[in-house]
Amino acid sequence: MRIDGHGRTGTRTVSFTFDGKSYEGREGDTLASALLANGVRLVGRSFKYHRPRGILTAGSEEPNALVTIGKGAARVPNVRATQQEIFPGLAASSQNRWPSLSHDVMAVNDVAAPFLGAGFYYKTFMWPRKFWEGLYEPIIRRAAGLGALSGKSNDEPYEKAFAFCDLLVIGAGPAGLMAALTAGRAGADVILADEDLQMGGRLLAEVEDVDGVEAHEWVSETLAELAAMPNVRMMTRTTVTGAYDQGTFGALERVSLHAAPGEAPRECFWRIVAKGSILCAGALERPIAFPNNDRPGVMMAGAVRSYLNRWGVSPGMRVAVFGNNDDAHRTARDLAAAGVSIVAVVDSREDAAPKGDFPVFAGSHVVDTAGRLGLEHITIRTGEHTRNIRADCLAISGGWNPTVHLTCHMNGRPVWDEQLLSFVPRPGSIPGMVVAGAANGVMSTRSCLTDGVRAATEALQALDLAAPDVAVPEAEDRAYAIEALWSVDGPRVKPSARKWLDFQNDVHVKDIKLAAQENFASVEHMKRYTTQGMATDQGKSSNVAALAVLADATGRGIPETGTTTFRPPYVPVSIAAMGAGSQGMGFAPQRLTTSHGPTVASGAPMIEAGLWYRPSYFPKPGETTWQQSCDREVAMVRNSVGVCDVSTLGKIDIQGPDAAAFLDFVYANTFSTLKVGRVRYGLMLREDGHVMDDGTTARLGETHYVMTTTTAAAGLVMRHLDFVAQVLRPDLDVQVVSVTESWAQFSVAGPRARELLNTVLDQPIDDTAMPYMGCGPVQVSGVPGRLFRISFSGEMAYEVAVPVGYGESLYRLLAAQAEVMGGGPYGMEALNVLRIEKGFITHAEIHGRTTAFDIGMDRMVRLKKDCIGQAASRRPGLLDEDREQLVGLKPVHAGGKLTAGAHLFEQTAEAVRENDQGYVTSVAPSPTLGHMIALGFLKRGRARHGEVVRLVDHLRDVETLCEVCDPVFFDPEGGRLRG
Amino acid sequence: MARLIAKSALMGLLPVTVGGISLTEVETGPVTSIAPFKGQSRAVSAVLKERVGLRFPPVNRAVAAGDVRLIWAGKGRALMLGAKPEGLEGLAAMTDQTGANAVLRIEGEAVEDVLARLIPMDLRSTVFKTGHTARTMLAHMQVSVTRVGADAFEIMAMRSMAGTLVHDLEQAAKGVMARRALG
Repeated sequence: MRIDGHGRTGTRTVSFTFDGKSYEGREGDTLASALLANGVRLVGRSFKYHRPRGILTAGSEEPNALVTIGKGAARVPNVRATQQEIFPGLAASSQNRWPSLSHDVMAVNDVAAPFLGAGFYYKTFMWPRKFWEGLYEPIIRRAAGLGALSGKSNDEPYEKAFAFCDLLVIGAGPAGLMAALTAGRAGADVILADEDLQMGGRLLAEVEDVDGVEAHEWVSETLAELAAMPNVRMMTRTTVTGAYDQGTFGALERVSLHAAPGEAPRECFWRIVAKGSILCAGALERPIAFPNNDRPGVMMAGAVRSYLNRWGVSPGMRVAVFGNNDDAHRTARDLAAAGVSIVAVVDSREDAAPKGDFPVFAGSHVVDTAGRLGLEHITIRTGEHTRNIRADCLAISGGWNPTVHLTCHMNGRPVWDEQLLSFVPRPGSIPGMVVAGAANGVMSTRSCLTDGVRAATEALQALDLAAPDVAVPEAEDRAYAIEALWSVDGPRVKPSARKWLDFQNDVHVKDIKLAAQENFASVEHMKRYTTQGMATDQGKSSNVAALAVLADATGRGIPETGTTTFRPPYVPVSIAAMGAGSQGMGFAPQRLTTSHGPTVASGAPMIEAGLWYRPSYFPKPGETTWQQSCDREVAMVRNSVGVCDVSTLGKIDIQGPDAAAFLDFVYANTFSTLKVGRVRYGLMLREDGHVMDDGTTARLGETHYVMTTTTAAAGLVMRHLDFVAQVLRPDLDVQVVSVTESWAQFSVAGPRARELLNTVLDQPIDDTAMPYMGCGPVQVSGVPGRLFRISFSGEMAYEVAVPVGYGESLYRLLAAQAEVMGGGPYGMEALNVLRIEKGFITHAEIHGRTTAFDIGMDRMVRLKKDCIGQAASRRPGLLDEDREQLVGLKPVHAGGKLTAGAHLFEQTAEAVRENDQGYVTSVAPSPTLGHMIALGFLKRGRARHGEVVRLVDHLRDVETLCEVCDPVFFDPEGGRLRG
Repeated sequence: MARLIAKSALMGLLPVTVGGISLTEVETGPVTSIAPFKGQSRAVSAVLKERVGLRFPPVNRAVAAGDVRLIWAGKGRALMLGAKPEGLEGLAAMTDQTGANAVLRIEGEAVEDVLARLIPMDLRSTVFKTGHTARTMLAHMQVSVTRVGADAFEIMAMRSMAGTLVHDLEQAAKGVMARRALG
């Protein structure tokens, strides 16, 4: 219920829906505060037993109030209602219930609870074994769970970003504000990040004075001063999610989740790099375990104050309070002052003194609660006696746990503090991080303010900045009075009662005891046995109490029991934010050639080769299948002339007095003997003696070469050459520069290639000027270019290169001229057929596991000089005649089908792994030969030409008898390419 | 005989304006990679000083004199823009790179915010000043980034990636502008 005159929400009303029903809240409300204002207590069902649950907290630690926001592809599950701000049109729905929140059939699980304790699944669903995956697990997953993703692709904008600063201040409560103020005044570049929509932390939620004014007013003044500093950057709605190496932090910003979806990113995942950091993440209040402590209406005492003082909402009209510390009384006082009836303050401490106009029960405990879908009454035990009291809200406080999470992200273990009954950070856990305020176990407002200044002073010292004199404002400075109370035991507590610890995972005290009893006594084992501390809240509220119970059950102290550690992220992070920009085409850059425009315009379907887009084939009118186009293009190259953009091949410029020696070292064969104006095929090995890449290298001058690589390995080879030049052979005077992007290069292939070329060259060429494997500078229609007489098709062929800016223009010219001559452009399909007909290899063959020996090129490994991979390539195992060797394959019957990836067997052998003789790497329907052809690897293949083997493709259900042959199917003498 | 027509890398893609952010193509003139041979760095620098009035740039720096610029481009390598190097034969490997890069200027009051979405580098004006340059990543692309003014940067990416470069910058700028509009 809204309490007039309390809270600081806006006055404008905002309409939203929850489970389809319309409600009104106020501007500045969270979904949680707005629902409470509307008297809605039941907001969700628990994970395992489907117990009715309500709002427990007012922050990101919320374990119960998880809702799904939005619809369709954009729907987001497991959103904490305590963080979701309302906006006009917000549609939220509850989760893990069917058919409705108040009538959930799976609540039958709760009746069966005695059989469903920790370890139940492991014990019950063991046999028959194969039932687990097919039957048990799917059923359990359907019954238990949180919200579900839409399963659709969401194209809402998300964002990631990078930020840098001197000092990252995490959390903007009293300590964080003072730290930022001190560092800001010192001139440091500060980022102040806070996960709330407003900065101020607990100061926004408490009734107290700072520096003689109301705390929230002091916050406003301080924020105004910080905002005026150009060196301070304030990031609200930003949760720092992880601490990583080198002062890097992950942070999730809820950029526009508080507004209807629009152009702005929904969330942004930040990577913040800071020279130093100050953790002022505050503390989280913990519940107490007592029977049925999970009913809607049972809330944290601090959260009740937040709702009252910040949002002007009382979660109940008859409120009881139960605690083991003074903070609990604060809740009663604030509510009473707002006119809310306080029916009982139950304090476990015998010496708790009545401090207000309400009944205080010292030395008492809450031993039970009742109310099916919401709290109706509580049972209080004083000594041996119990009494029932009507209440619609029970505010509980078991003390505060410093938020040590980030200090554990680099394996720091927190330290147990006997006075605070909590873990506090171990100093130095994160290099460069200072912890201050409640996160550091400092509890009063005044001491938090002081600690913030202290931490900033320390951090500034490390940055060599002088800390200014900052006056610490006057503020509340009471001692933190608490006694240990984890779980309510003793008389009048029903032995069968469940006392909940982890609300999100439905773990109760008996589960922990059972784990200990079954010898899952280590805290890490207990966690996994019971699921304590898992899922979206990661045990933020429950972990400390759970291990206190474990310590008790195993007869050890808490420090000896230890704690589970915390890993990033502190709150759930959407994959959409982490992977922002990488959806769909954003996954990788697109590389387009200069001929892309005219190629696409001519209707060619494009395929990806590395990051490049290359034409598959160029369909002509009347052609309905790729193979029709491909057959025509192959015939065109074999009979007249074809043009193909080969700019995507890697091109590397190699210059220097030692360029020749460098190439001799990186290639298996020799390049120092290559004459200027000539091109040679080269084979490059890896250190392990296997083939890395192949290509041609041209000698343009005495000390100048240009190397080509395959398209796919261009980056790899460039990196390799840089490595060789810088690390392996720094003695060589050589410079290596990629020129892939500098030249547009086109293959002109076919019997009429020279004729076509001469229509664009300023000086016509002939066989003498440009013999096979020759190269040299040419003028291409007035532009200085390069010409290489190389062939990947077996035909007379050239590659002509011009500076990249002229690429499109030259392509249009060549394609048009070719058409006139009965030729035209050809695509990757035809290129592939042409090269398989000639037995030329690609990375289908040099796939990383083959050697020069395997591909029949061992004679290229020159032993007179040293080269990378030479020594390793001489290992006997790599020269074994039994190895699988490159062969050609053709079907025994002309119509026989060959498939790449198929395996080879002896004719009569059973097609099983043990009989495997080899495999097929490339296949093509050869229009030139009139049947399919293939390249593959076969044991002792070179000695088996003429033999018939059986090709078996288990996946595609193909079986074909093949004749083993030489890999060169067409023009083995090479007469055609020499012209 | 037909003459060939040159096309710039970003022709048809730029200019683009998003809010106060403008993207325009930079006319570089000739671009040449200069990589001094062993022991020739001083000699190269001396020739450059004499011919164009600029020394070979130190690591992560770009220098300019008139229309001629030298931009550090990696270990022992710089790009000369605006003129063809002369007098360096035998002293340095020279490789023509004209047109190999898509070169654009991004300018506007929010430019640092836009680049912070894509470049994992500290580009704050106190750290990365006018005349500073770096080889780094922009989204998934290798780029060269140079600050050319208080609110202006020059970015060079592979020419083949020009479309992705413009798309990524445009999307980032749209996001920044839209989040500012949220208030």
